[in-house]
Amino acid sequence: MTLFNKYVSKRLKQSIAFNTFRLVSFSVVGILFLIIGFIVVRGISVISWDFLTKMPENGMTEGGILPAIVGTLCLVFGSMLFAFPVGVLSGIYMNEYLKESWFKKIVHSMTNNLAGIPSIVFGLFGMAFFVQKLSFGDSILAGSLTLGIMVLPIIIRTTEEALKSVDDSLRIGSYALGASKLQTIRKVVLPICYPNIVTGLILSVSRVSGETAPILFTVAAYFLPRLPHSIFDQVMALPYHLYVLTTSGTDMEKSLPMAYGTALVLIAIVLLVNMMANSARRYFIKKLK
Amino acid sequence: MSNPKVEAKDFNLFYGDSQALKDIQFQAEANTITAFIGPSGCGKSTLLRSFNRMNDLIPGVRTTGTTMVNNISVYDKSVNVDELRKQVGMVFQKPNPFPKSIFENVAYGLRVDGISDKHLIEEKVISSLKQSALWDEVKDKLKKSANALSGGQQQRLCIARCLAIEPSIILMDEPASALDPISTSKIEELIYELKNQYTIIIVTHNMQQAARVSDRTAFFYMGELIECDETKTIFTNPKNIRTQNYITGKFG
Repeated sequence: MTLFNKYVSKRLKQSIAFNTFRLVSFSVVGILFLIIGFIVVRGISVISWDFLTKMPENGMTEGGILPAIVGTLCLVFGSMLFAFPVGVLSGIYMNEYLKESWFKKIVHSMTNNLAGIPSIVFGLFGMAFFVQKLSFGDSILAGSLTLGIMVLPIIIRTTEEALKSVDDSLRIGSYALGASKLQTIRKVVLPICYPNIVTGLILSVSRVSGETAPILFTVAAYFLPRLPHSIFDQVMALPYHLYVLTTSGTDMEKSLPMAYGTALVLIAIVLLVNMMANSARRYFIKKLK
Repeated sequence: MSNPKVEAKDFNLFYGDSQALKDIQFQAEANTITAFIGPSGCGKSTLLRSFNRMNDLIPGVRTTGTTMVNNISVYDKSVNVDELRKQVGMVFQKPNPFPKSIFENVAYGLRVDGISDKHLIEEKVISSLKQSALWDEVKDKLKKSANALSGGQQQRLCIARCLAIEPSIILMDEPASALDPISTSKIEELIYELKNQYTIIIVTHNMQQAARVSDRTAFFYMGELIECDETKTIFTNPKNIRTQNYITGKFG
C-alpha cells in the first residue's frame, strides 16, 4: 500500500511540475502574441502604400513615414558596417590569439561591463565624443557609431562562444597538414562558426533598430521631411518617431493611429531582417553537413 | 643504421618542471614501421609529437638535445614548422575530418600549400583516396560531407588527407583505438601497404597490433626508452625485464 502511495505521489509531483512548465512557456508565447496582435489591430488601418512611401505632412498627422523608415535602415546598415567587422575580428583575437592572462581577464570583464551600460549613457557619450569632439554633428555617422559601440559586446561574445565550441582536434588536424594559424582560422574554424556569428548579427540588428536613447542626441530628427544625402545628414528614425507621435503630436486623435502604424512597420522590419538572417544561418548550417 | 630517416639524440622534454622524456636515443630507417608501446603517460606520444613539433601547441614545453627527420634538425630555429609538417604527416587517435566534403578534406593540405591547379588537385585527391583504400567506397559521393562516413572510413580519409601532401614520414597516434575490429584490420592492412613508400611510426596500446604491423618496436617506461629492437625479438626475447613484464601483461 505504501508502495502504491509512493508511486502515486511521485506521479502527481511529475504532472504538477510538467504542467507548471507548460503553463509558463505558453504564457510567454501568449504575451508575445498579445503584443503583436495589439499592434497589428491598432496599426493595420493606417498602413497603406502612401504611409510607407510618403513624407509626413500636416504636423505629422497625415502622410507617411518614409524618412523614418529610410533613417532606421541607414542606422542599422551603418552601425553593422562598423560593429560587425570590429566585433568579429576582436572576438577572433580574444579566443584564438590571446593567451590566458590577466590582460585577457580584464578585456573580458570590460566587454561584459560594456554590455551592462544603459543605452542612454551610450547616447550621452556619442554626443560628447562623436557629435562634439570629432565634430560629426548630429549625423548618421555619429548615430551609427554610437549604436555600433552599444552592440559590440553582443557581437564579440557570440563570436567568442562560437569559436570556443569548435573542437580543438580540428585545429590540430589542420596544423598537422602544414596550415598556418591564419589559414586554420579562415578555412576550418570560421566556416563552422558562421551560423552562430549570424545569430549575433540578428540580435544586434534587432537591438539597433529598436533603440531610441543612443540616437536621441546623436542623429534623430524630430521632423525632417526629406531623405538623407550623406552620412553627415540627420535622419528621422522609427523608434524616435514613435515616441514623438505618442507624446508630442499636435493632434493626438490623429497621430496615435500613426504611432501604431509606425510600431507595426518597425516590428515588420525587424522580423524581415531576422528571417533573412535565419535563412543565411540555415544556408551555412547546410554547407557544413 | 646507415642513414636513419627519423632520429632522436640525447633528447629531453619537459612540461614545465616535470620531465616527460629522458635522454632518448632512437633511430628509424626509411620504409620501416616502428611501433611505440608502453603504459599510459610513458612518453611515447610525446616523442611522436616531437618529430613534427605538435608539442609546440602545448604551453610550457621545453626541449634539449635533438630530433631529426630527413636529416633536418626539427627544433632548429631556421626550421619552418609548416614546411616540416608537410614532410611529416600525422594521423590522430580520434578521426578528425573537417566538416567539409570528402573531396575538400583531401584537397585541404594542397590548398593551404598554395596549389590552385584544379587538375593537379583532382589528380592528387583521387590517387590519395586510392592509396588509402577508400576510393571504391566514396568515388560516387566526393561532394558529400565527410561527417556522413563511418568512423573507420573517416580515419582512412584522414590518412588520405595526410598522403595528399606527400610526406615522407607518417606519425600515427593510436590510429585504430577508436575503431571497431573490422575497421581496425582495414587500417592495419593499409599501414602495411604504405610501408613501401613511407617511414611510419605508430603509437599503440594494442600489443597484437604492434606485433602484426611493425618491423621494430620501442618500449617506453616513465619517460625512458627502455628497449628498441626487431619486433620479433621484443616479443619473444626481450633483453630488459621491464619490457618482458609489460608485454606479458604483468603491469601496464
